[in-house]
Amino acid sequence: MFDSALIPKGVKRCSFAKFFIWVLILHIPVLIGTVAAILCWGLALNQTYLNNNFPFGLWIAADLGIIALGGGAFFTGFLRYVINIKELKNIVNYAVVIGVICYAAAQGILAIDIGQPIRGWFIFWHANVHSMLTEVAFCIMAYFMVLCVEYLPLLLENRQIFKFSVPRSFAHHLHEAMPTIAAIGVFLSCFHQGSLGGVAGVLYGRPFAYREGFLVWPWTFFLFILSAMACGPCFTILITKITEFFAKKKLVKKSVVGILAKISGGLTTLYVLLKIIDTLGWFGLVKEAGAPVKSFYANQPYGWWVLVMEVIILGAIPALLLLNKKTRENEPILILACVLNCAGIVMNRWIMTVQALAIPVMPFDKFVSYHPNWVEWATTLLPLWVGAIVIMLSYRYLPIFPQERELNPY
Amino acid sequence: MKDAHHKGEGHQEGHGTVYKYGMVINLDKCTGCGACMVACMAENNIPFRKEDTNDRLTQNFWMRVYKISNGGSFPDNDICYLPRPCMHCEGHGHHNRTPCVTVCPAVATDYNHETGIVSQIYTRCFGCRYCMAACPYHVRVFNWWDPKWPEGMEEYLNPDVSPRMRGVVEKCSFCFHRLQRARNKAYSEDRREVHEDEYQTACTQACPAGAITFGDLTNPEHKVYELKKTPNAFRLLEVLGTNPKVYYTSSRAWVRKAADVYVGKEGSGVTHT
Repeated sequence: MFDSALIPKGVKRCSFAKFFIWVLILHIPVLIGTVAAILCWGLALNQTYLNNNFPFGLWIAADLGIIALGGGAFFTGFLRYVINIKELKNIVNYAVVIGVICYAAAQGILAIDIGQPIRGWFIFWHANVHSMLTEVAFCIMAYFMVLCVEYLPLLLENRQIFKFSVPRSFAHHLHEAMPTIAAIGVFLSCFHQGSLGGVAGVLYGRPFAYREGFLVWPWTFFLFILSAMACGPCFTILITKITEFFAKKKLVKKSVVGILAKISGGLTTLYVLLKIIDTLGWFGLVKEAGAPVKSFYANQPYGWWVLVMEVIILGAIPALLLLNKKTRENEPILILACVLNCAGIVMNRWIMTVQALAIPVMPFDKFVSYHPNWVEWATTLLPLWVGAIVIMLSYRYLPIFPQERELNPY
Repeated sequence: MKDAHHKGEGHQEGHGTVYKYGMVINLDKCTGCGACMVACMAENNIPFRKEDTNDRLTQNFWMRVYKISNGGSFPDNDICYLPRPCMHCEGHGHHNRTPCVTVCPAVATDYNHETGIVSQIYTRCFGCRYCMAACPYHVRVFNWWDPKWPEGMEEYLNPDVSPRMRGVVEKCSFCFHRLQRARNKAYSEDRREVHEDEYQTACTQACPAGAITFGDLTNPEHKVYELKKTPNAFRLLEVLGTNPKVYYTSSRAWVRKAADVYVGKEGSGVTHT
């Protein structure tokens, strides 16, 4: 094969031509997304369907969703290096790759979303310490750097690079330092996951989003951390399964996936319980303020079904499926549970951003609906395609899955 | 500096005297003519697009007049026009902060404790729009387009107000540049106090029905001081705790109910166009 010298020893990969064609095909949506991004930068945000009623739309909801899904990186790192669950070394590399993609994607989307991208650095230079968004920006930036440091040893382990003593020794030292790096990552992640929850929770002018809380942190701060911990591992499992599907082979042992699924099940159950308590508490809060709860669910498409869908169908059901050993060990059901869990978190982020803005606040406000246009969709999906290319490159040339050789001897 | 500050609710804080500029709008007088909106746009160099004239979701209005109705059938139908500038919220109690100010990640908006005016620094704003999400009154608008005026109209722009570039958030400033001008005049005349008639917003002066009254809410010598205390006075979304500095008065009970609670409890049946 043309690139066989770069492929890790003892593993099989498809032909270079096949690989190249797939990468080329993925460049089509990448190109469409890039054109959409250039339209936004060149002609301003009037190219989208965002408006003065919906300053936040698909982009911000997707941003929050991506960061939650990428939470598998910090949480798996925490379980592997801080709690020291040794089996997870077989999936932690992949969790890191997924994390890098998710966090890079979130920053990329934000760069398109802001009205003056050239001034993006103002958030660091003129930082307002009271703003949740400032905390988010600092922690995401710092954690992205941590993720890059975690990804670096993987890159250095490429067969051709690993031949040289300096990168080999550097990679070794990075591995040694990984528990510390992972612990820093956990600290940073907890803050920005929480702050993303705080972004909506502190909006006391928006009764749908506003929550009371503990000290300066609204309850959504803690719910967002927990939900990211609960769904992140599910996303890691899901992407692993998709990779296995395309690679047509097992890459991670069932027992390893089982550990993540079990932990995710426990955390999702806890999250759903707390979410129900939070929702009931919020019912009381708005009722006390003089607003009937039903008025928040009076406008379609944001009716009661949204709450049922989020908490029961995309919350309680996957939680139970993941908790139960029998269903967890059944692969199709496991995949279904992971899909539901991830969809639930993305839906929650949409609700806390877009739905929160859609609910009229002034009594004479008119309900206005919002639908993203192709520019927003193309730019939001852009990281998905770029991420797929990064995964394909990483899988092909880096020893990401330590169990691959054992599971696929040839 | 000869004049001492009034002996009202205002007080000395730090080095300066504290004012709380605000408005009282008599909704029984408002005819919905829109002169306040036009005056505001002309005074503050607010760009407009011919294509978007009727699109209230993308059009930039610092002052917007809502038309609300009691929802009744003839002969019980009644309508009311409600001008809505920025509320210049102060916040109080548990929410001791302006909703839009604390959320801004780059300190591009500020609550001035000497004037009670919420400012917007256009050259600092990078367009994240978090402040828009925080404001329940839809006061803040985003520049979705490059600012453009019909040919020749650039010659008529107000030199005291800088036009805003695309991609930033803007909002009513209570014509702050007029306060600066009034202050300069007062200083040149060796006065500290700005007289009530020296600082009036463009919308106040443009209203043909005299529905808008503007002044220092803490100064007993200003008309707004007494007007805000009238039994028919109320504020929008009082229950949220935003503590706005724009008051409304109306002798009609349904109008008062329609504005001081949110999401339809007492205002049910109220519609707007």
